[in-house]
Amino acid sequence: MAKRVVQGRPRLLSVLNVASVLLMVAATLMVFLYAPRERVMGEVQRVFYYHVSAGWVGMAAFVAAAVAGIVYLVRPARKWDVLAVAAVEIGLVFSLINIVTGSIWAYPTWNTWWTWDPRLVTATVMELTFLAYLLLRQSVEDPERRARFGAIYAILGSLTVPLTYMSIRIWRTIHPVVIGSGDPGAQGTFAFTSPMVYTLLVSLLAFTVLGATLLWHRVLLGKLADKVEQLRLKALGL
Amino acid sequence: MARLTAYLSAVFAITRKDLAVEWRSRQLLASMLVFALLVILIFNFALELDARARAEVSAGVLWATFAFAGTLGLNRSMAIEREGGALDGLLLAPFDRSAIYLGKTLANMVFILVVALATLPVYGVLYNTSLWQAGLLAVIVLGAWGYSAVGTLLAAMAMQVRSRELLLPVLLFPLLLPVLVAAVRASSFFLQGLELAYIWPSLNLLIAYGVIMPALGFMFFDFIVEE
Repeated sequence: MAKRVVQGRPRLLSVLNVASVLLMVAATLMVFLYAPRERVMGEVQRVFYYHVSAGWVGMAAFVAAAVAGIVYLVRPARKWDVLAVAAVEIGLVFSLINIVTGSIWAYPTWNTWWTWDPRLVTATVMELTFLAYLLLRQSVEDPERRARFGAIYAILGSLTVPLTYMSIRIWRTIHPVVIGSGDPGAQGTFAFTSPMVYTLLVSLLAFTVLGATLLWHRVLLGKLADKVEQLRLKALGL
Repeated sequence: MARLTAYLSAVFAITRKDLAVEWRSRQLLASMLVFALLVILIFNFALELDARARAEVSAGVLWATFAFAGTLGLNRSMAIEREGGALDGLLLAPFDRSAIYLGKTLANMVFILVVALATLPVYGVLYNTSLWQAGLLAVIVLGAWGYSAVGTLLAAMAMQVRSRELLLPVLLFPLLLPVLVAAVRASSFFLQGLELAYIWPSLNLLIAYGVIMPALGFMFFDFIVEE
């Protein structure tokens, strides 16, 4: 019998698969049925729960990629590079969800899909930085150098994460600040009631578990891709 | 103390070398200056810079010009080290490799400052305004430092990959945007004569960037040039 190249799925991952589906369903139900309708903005305010949760997962994933980069530079091992690229891809997807949901909310609230507010600019810069990270990886052939350069670029790029987080706190902005106090010029701020807080917490948990599950799947995929690359190099006699 | 002096003299030796190489040919500075003027010309037609509009966009036009012209310098600063394996010689020199990074960063900063100092009066004459303000000059120095700190690091990285000249701007501009946004805002506020209270957030960002990026470059340069 041929040696098994594909390993079975870890049991914990199967549990996480189920947990993320259940939590996402619970969060969606809470968003639509439990959370109260916001008085001024109406139904569209409900997108806020996904918007914040996706933003959190996106930023956390980019930070995770930078941490994996630091670990790689200290102790070079393939797995850290696989983790870093997986985290960047997850981060890109969730940040995009964050931007799109924000746009959906902005149209009725700010009367425009997009505005060049500091928060929107820094979020876009963050997204572009990690797109550039993928382009950088594509143009390096040597896996060791690709990992080393990727690690450094991810660490440099992760500076955009605190910048995005802080942008609504250091500049004049119309983006509402949920944690802490925001600019008095912010438009679309609302009073937080406790059902809203519970809904937000469940959404945050659901997105976090979903992000971690996807990350794990992506890491397994990355390991397989690594194996394919090694087999191909071996077959070519390199 | 003696070690610090030795380190700094290595840094300045690298800077002096880069400036001397450039001074012999003056090829790069000539290209950067002509390119900068061309960028301003393009903006003039693209934005129809009439008297009212240009008061608001001057800062943006100037910084876009510096940013584009600066990439020429960054590409060149590493290209001269590829020729004849000059980088290998530098890496063998008996000092910490971060000195190469800091020396080149200083040299690139000087190139950008020269371009800026030559562009400002020309822009002023062309559009009949005066840009000689201490505040604006301080912003330009801070911005040029942040620009070359991240640019030199990424140029060293881009030099070693496929499609290097193509990749450098793609890698550079996203990381540069915080500097550019802060520099454009600070310059524009200075030109509008606003109070310092409005300008400080942007200046703080420029200063923070100018400390963090060189520090990261100082730590990572060795990882980039190692074989």
